Amino acid sequence: MTNRRNFIKAATSGLIAGVLPVSVVKLAFGSSDQDVTFAYISDSHIQQIKGNKFVRNWDQGLKKAVAEANLLDPKPDFVIFGGDLAQLGSKPELDHGAELLSALNSKPYMVMGEHDYYLDLGDYWSDLFGDKYYSFDVKGVHFVVLNSILTYDEWTYDRWESGERRMNEMAGLDNPNGSPFMVGERQRKWLAKDLANVSHDTPVVVFSHSPIQKIYKGWNFWTEDAEEVQAILAPFNKVNVMYGHVHQIQYNQIGNIAFNSVMATAWPWPYPSSYAQAESHMPVMTVEMNRADPFNERDATGWQLVDVHSGRVDVNFNLYGNSNRRVKFNEKKGHPEDVQHSPHARTEAQKHY
Amino acid sequence: MKLIKSLTVSLTLILAGFVHADEFDKDDLDRWTQQFNDVAAEGRRLWTSPELGSNGVTCAQCHPNSANTHMETYPKFQKQIGRVSMMWEMINWCIRNPLEGMPLDADDPEMIAIHAYLAKERSGVAIAPGKH
Repeated sequence: MTNRRNFIKAATSGLIAGVLPVSVVKLAFGSSDQDVTFAYISDSHIQQIKGNKFVRNWDQGLKKAVAEANLLDPKPDFVIFGGDLAQLGSKPELDHGAELLSALNSKPYMVMGEHDYYLDLGDYWSDLFGDKYYSFDVKGVHFVVLNSILTYDEWTYDRWESGERRMNEMAGLDNPNGSPFMVGERQRKWLAKDLANVSHDTPVVVFSHSPIQKIYKGWNFWTEDAEEVQAILAPFNKVNVMYGHVHQIQYNQIGNIAFNSVMATAWPWPYPSSYAQAESHMPVMTVEMNRADPFNERDATGWQLVDVHSGRVDVNFNLYGNSNRRVKFNEKKGHPEDVQHSPHARTEAQKHY
Repeated sequence: MKLIKSLTVSLTLILAGFVHADEFDKDDLDRWTQQFNDVAAEGRRLWTSPELGSNGVTCAQCHPNSANTHMETYPKFQKQIGRVSMMWEMINWCIRNPLEGMPLDADDPEMIAIHAYLAKERSGVAIAPGKH
């Protein structure tokens, strides 16, 4: 059911505009030239059924995010896609995902997800999108893209009889046969080298698919060498890590490093605390998102507009069928916080169990 | 013949009831636990298998370890259905919609297996019928 409050009324014409949330219009930001802004779309999990048939639900999520990001005004500096474009990493899925992304006004920067990688270790993804890790600069902000979904060599190269089997084992979030994510030594060396010539006052934003922190290992809300990567980032005064994978709102602060997750366009995930048989280490400052209504297939999915103001990220969540959220870095407190909700003022309806 | 058979069955039941009453031993407990665990394991297999639907989507894709299904709250008023509903109705809703599959009967062995798996993952959680 459409929520009247969230939708544009008669004023606009055309099919796309007709289904646009008002929030997008409000997001038009009248900020200074120093602000770097970008649209962050993630976790579309494009899933092939057979031939040219794909799961409609996941297709719709990505199409909606692309259509809305295109309407941002003024235009953001860039668009980034946060990984897990495909569900099982096949050529048809990656091709179809690339085709849907090609509707964007600008070519997006791409992050590798485990669902894109474990069929052929990212070969076809790289044919389409290029390097698996790299860095770039925009208006004085240094952006780094890591491929954080690598794992132990034995698991990757020796354990499975085929790429299909390996992909299927990694695709199950709760599969005990999976393996913890990591950035790995080679990439950590590259990162240290990449940052060697960057001044410690330069704002740094790191994009990874997995959280570069340890929240819940059972679902790989986890990066095995998180502490080593954090140590490389520690000398910088303003560091922000943004990640996908978790399909839910999370934020945290470790030393100088602010952490922000982004939503999926495909489907939401429960918080690890709702799994009765395990302990999770959800950052205490995170105000969890509302419970999703399963009868509203886009509820608790969405995309983000990010504003890097004064070197810190300010994340505007466009949540379909739910109140939008804004998680902004609080300079006084020195950590990200939700501008409306505090962890101590939760409503019962928001409880996950 | 039929009469004799049913008499024998009744007699056996009476004798068994008379001799053993409420007694059971470790072998019984092991067998019952094994039976439950086997059915719950089948439920876990179905939960992570595309065979319940038609589009390759699995239950576990949205509900890892069956989280956010909270079966201890059923039966409860389900606002989207407009009445007090059972867990199996929600399972069928998911099979029909995100999985684009055919619903199961409430007493279908596959539905029972899924219930066993969901219940096992919620072991130790207090029942809270009607809770939201």
